[in-house]
Amino acid sequence: MNAPQPMTLKPQPQASGAVTPAAARAVNRARLLRNALPAVSLIVLLATIFIMQPRAMSYMGMNLMLNLAVPIALATIAQMLIITVNDLDLSLGSFISFVACVAATLLNDHPLLGCLALVGCVAVYALLGALIHIRQLPAIVVTLGMSFIWVGGAVLLLPAPGGSAPQWLQALVKIKTPLLPFAVVMCVVLAVAVHLFLMRSTWGVVLRGAGGNPLAIAKAGWSLLKIKVTLYAMAGTFGVLSGLFLVGLTTSADANMALRYTLLSIAGVILGGGEFTGGRVSPVGAVLGALTLVLAGSLLSFIRISPDWQIGAQGAILILVLALRTAVNRLEARPT
Amino acid sequence: MSTTQAPLVDLKGVGKRFGAVRALDSVDLMFQAGECLGLIGHNGAGKSTLMHILAGTLRADSGALLMAGADVRSGYSVQVARQHGIRCVFQELSLCPNLTVAENTRLMCPALRGFGWRRRAGALIVASLDSIFPGHGISPSAVIADLPIGQRQMVEIARAFTCVDEHLALVILDEPTSSLDARVAEQLLRHVRRYVEGGGCVVLISHILGEMLATCDRIAVMSDGCVVEVRAANAFTHASLVESMGSMAKAQAASQVFVSKRDSQTPVVNQRPARQRNQQTVAAWAGEIVGLAGLAGQGQSQWLVHLLRERVAKGLPVALVAGDRQTDGIFNLWSIAENITISSLAALKRGALIDPAAEQSMAAQWQQRMGIRTPDMNSPILSLSGGNQQKALFARALASDSDLILMDDPMRGVDVGTKREVYAIIKDEASRGRTFIWYTTELEELDHCDHIYVFRDGQTVADMARDQLSEAQVLRSSFQEEVA
Amino acid sequence: MNLNLHFDRVRSKPWLWSFLAALLVWLATLVFTRGEGAGALTSSALSFSAFFVIVGVGQMFVITTGPGNIDLSIPANIALSGAVGMKLMDSQNDLIVLGVAGVLGVGVLVGCANYALIRVLRIPPIIATLSASFLLQSVAIAYGRSVRIAPPELFYQFSTGNVMGVPYLAVAVVLLTVFAGYLLSRTLYGRWALAVGQNIRAAELAGVRVERVRWATYVLSAVFASLCGVLLAGFSGGASLSMGDEYLLASIAVVVIGGTSVAGGFSNVPGLWGAALFLYLLVSMLNTFGASAGVRLILTGVIIIAVIAAVSGRKSLRSL
Repeated sequence: MNAPQPMTLKPQPQASGAVTPAAARAVNRARLLRNALPAVSLIVLLATIFIMQPRAMSYMGMNLMLNLAVPIALATIAQMLIITVNDLDLSLGSFISFVACVAATLLNDHPLLGCLALVGCVAVYALLGALIHIRQLPAIVVTLGMSFIWVGGAVLLLPAPGGSAPQWLQALVKIKTPLLPFAVVMCVVLAVAVHLFLMRSTWGVVLRGAGGNPLAIAKAGWSLLKIKVTLYAMAGTFGVLSGLFLVGLTTSADANMALRYTLLSIAGVILGGGEFTGGRVSPVGAVLGALTLVLAGSLLSFIRISPDWQIGAQGAILILVLALRTAVNRLEARPT
Repeated sequence: MSTTQAPLVDLKGVGKRFGAVRALDSVDLMFQAGECLGLIGHNGAGKSTLMHILAGTLRADSGALLMAGADVRSGYSVQVARQHGIRCVFQELSLCPNLTVAENTRLMCPALRGFGWRRRAGALIVASLDSIFPGHGISPSAVIADLPIGQRQMVEIARAFTCVDEHLALVILDEPTSSLDARVAEQLLRHVRRYVEGGGCVVLISHILGEMLATCDRIAVMSDGCVVEVRAANAFTHASLVESMGSMAKAQAASQVFVSKRDSQTPVVNQRPARQRNQQTVAAWAGEIVGLAGLAGQGQSQWLVHLLRERVAKGLPVALVAGDRQTDGIFNLWSIAENITISSLAALKRGALIDPAAEQSMAAQWQQRMGIRTPDMNSPILSLSGGNQQKALFARALASDSDLILMDDPMRGVDVGTKREVYAIIKDEASRGRTFIWYTTELEELDHCDHIYVFRDGQTVADMARDQLSEAQVLRSSFQEEVA
Repeated sequence: MNLNLHFDRVRSKPWLWSFLAALLVWLATLVFTRGEGAGALTSSALSFSAFFVIVGVGQMFVITTGPGNIDLSIPANIALSGAVGMKLMDSQNDLIVLGVAGVLGVGVLVGCANYALIRVLRIPPIIATLSASFLLQSVAIAYGRSVRIAPPELFYQFSTGNVMGVPYLAVAVVLLTVFAGYLLSRTLYGRWALAVGQNIRAAELAGVRVERVRWATYVLSAVFASLCGVLLAGFSGGASLSMGDEYLLASIAVVVIGGTSVAGGFSNVPGLWGAALFLYLLVSMLNTFGASAGVRLILTGVIIIAVIAAVSGRKSLRSL
């Protein structure tokens, strides 16, 4: 009864190489939507704020709202560089606090020593990158340990809140730029500069490639060790900048002043369209994400909701944007 | 064909072992400029291993790699291969999914730098794509992850043929057409001919006989880690190719009289593969051993896993024996006993807790039944040899209360002795009414099956009972042929 | 036999190490003080370690289920649960049961919320528990704003009292860890969690209900954190918003030092106690030596990194 039945061998279209134009358009639209999401969220937020409180649209208002955004944006960029190679830095907030303490003590009293200490900080980050790569350690745990070390260092330098930021630093962060507030100018410059380096330069291609397919990068003859060290050192540099900017704004430091930055920076990267794995990051998105988180707090004060909910609003926006992104991703009919 | 010319690469007596498995056994093969060499053979014949050695991603254990007359085997690497102008396109893609087409081009061409590199890289890859796949419609600024698999394959191929002040002599194409549609595949093969006629060398691996015969100048047939035949392509026909691949009609073992178990009520499993275009289903009756044949990676494993998920979700009993022990089977940190009992824990409970004594006795019982060679079942699973680890995986599935056992090519890299022991146990269990669905890449194992389905491209394309089984029939269905 | 011995050694080593280290630190402190205050030191070490261990157990189960799994919502959960517990109990002894039940309910809800975010939004657990923790923090601030409510007398006595120098709390948490140990090694859930952590694909193919395991794990972690919150509120005479802050890093540190593999699939329950005692005793030793807070923190960090560097290398570990 079971005669061999060779099926009819008609030429069948296999998984197609060329997609239909309609499918390609759908993919493009979805990608566009996904990339625009961080900007759209920020614009919606800003528009709401301006409608609730038209006075916020002024130079002074913007400056007030966004001043504290600059250090957070810098921290977010630092975190993003680490996430580029699929790692995570849980010590960033305490590192920034430490830098702030160094700036408010050493840098103020002995500028040369202070500068050396800051350079040393960047070197420590580079070493961490090397250690994590060579011994294949989980970055989360190593940076967790580092966070104790940074806070410890900060407490040693500044057992009680105090110190004083160098005058030049305080003056620097208060620069009045024409037309747009300094904070906005800084954020734009930051986003564009990092974008040019990471997304447009040949170096950036290799760095991001290491997050996407490390094996292919290694096979093409690039050193993964060098890549990791570079990214960690750069993250350290941006962390230092963030700490300096922060202490310039607050004029005095505290060993715990920036602990919240660790989680905020991770949230900012994700909000900006970054992903934890696969080297998919976006510097412009990260800066936008950081701004969104900062403004989410201000929005509440404008619509007179108790400041209790400020952190909650950041969480809610995070969930909302991620939900939107999931929806966009599902919409994207991914051809196989 | 100019045979007077010195060969580009000459392999002499190249051998390679993976543990106990001999992947290559003294292969002699010559690659010449201006020719397309076809490489063909059934699964595990050693094609991919040989190509990995040529590309520098694997190192040969013995023999010589002669390039321009000099042996370069020691110290041979991907970099050295590239310096000699050898490029390869393997089945596993080596593109970075988060980068654009142009950026991926740049990774392979460090010479592209300075202002405007992106534009130049884009122009370069588009030019290559244009010449190979006219009308490809791929933008150099597209991100790889957003491209369908076929277009990724096209980019990968085009990138291999791109060069900036680099020497390009030999391109290896391993199943390049597997994810391309017919039109694009034809474009590629035409390009291969053009490239070869311009003095280049291409090594082509494909399971589509028609395109091999039409494109190649010479075809080398591999079987069991050896090159068994090298001839000019026009000296082969479909039939003679298939024949030279098979292990030459063996004396058929005196098999018992075949009795189909298919007259009883309803099948245990009756399911259509997801990509099946007609109504054909894969079915299994109680007590039957059903074989899934065909080339590796034609959707057999996916079908098994799909079936498993569906039954688990419905709460129906099912168990699977994984073939890829490391990724699908073994729990590295556990003992042999724990590895065996994981699928039967519910039956080992006394009250809310798992009873250690019951667990030990189950482990001991299956150690004896499967003949797992170890002094202590509480030793770590990694202390066992590969074959014994595989026995432990069999024990896991058979110890469960499931009457349906799925097997995902479970005999990969297992020695002959172990295989025989396991075959006997499978037969015994089947005679007690258990159903087995057995995906195998080894033709001889099909002799143990009551009914065979051949898979190609995610679909079942032939189905036969054991008394109708012939190696030639399986091979013919596995390799795509043009309609007569 | 040789292999077997080796296996046993590998399995028990992390467990022993942390206790050994704790013992050494304890001795060093007592040598310095010439034996003075041994009882008080031990007693307070047990009390404070108990809190570390409670959250550590929850975090351990989460980390067990494999790389990328981590619960960042623990501190916010502690703050919220403390507030909820104190409000429900309203300083009355007869409302203790209601308070504890309410807190456990909060735990279950938080765990379900965490899992729902992970599942529905398909986002990594880190970011899911992070955003959940932002929300929880706000709820805790809004809810727990009113005046500090003192715990009921009985509850306070339970949290702070001791029998012959051994705190009730420590006894209770030891029982809890025994329960966790059984849960891990002798129940279907525990075995499944270990399997998922080692190889999620192999686990699925072996018939493990992976999603159920993940759900149960996040609920378990949240319930333990909630429990810690209400006990901590009882211990310190009322809930405060920042009382959970140090428990995020501490929970991970205790798990790692206790010998649980960060890559998942291998966990160590007794090690939690060893690590918690060690961390607390280290701090108090440095205190008696007159070291400053900064030095204590730095040493803690150095030890965490040293432990992870020493333990890894067995196997390549990825962080995510």
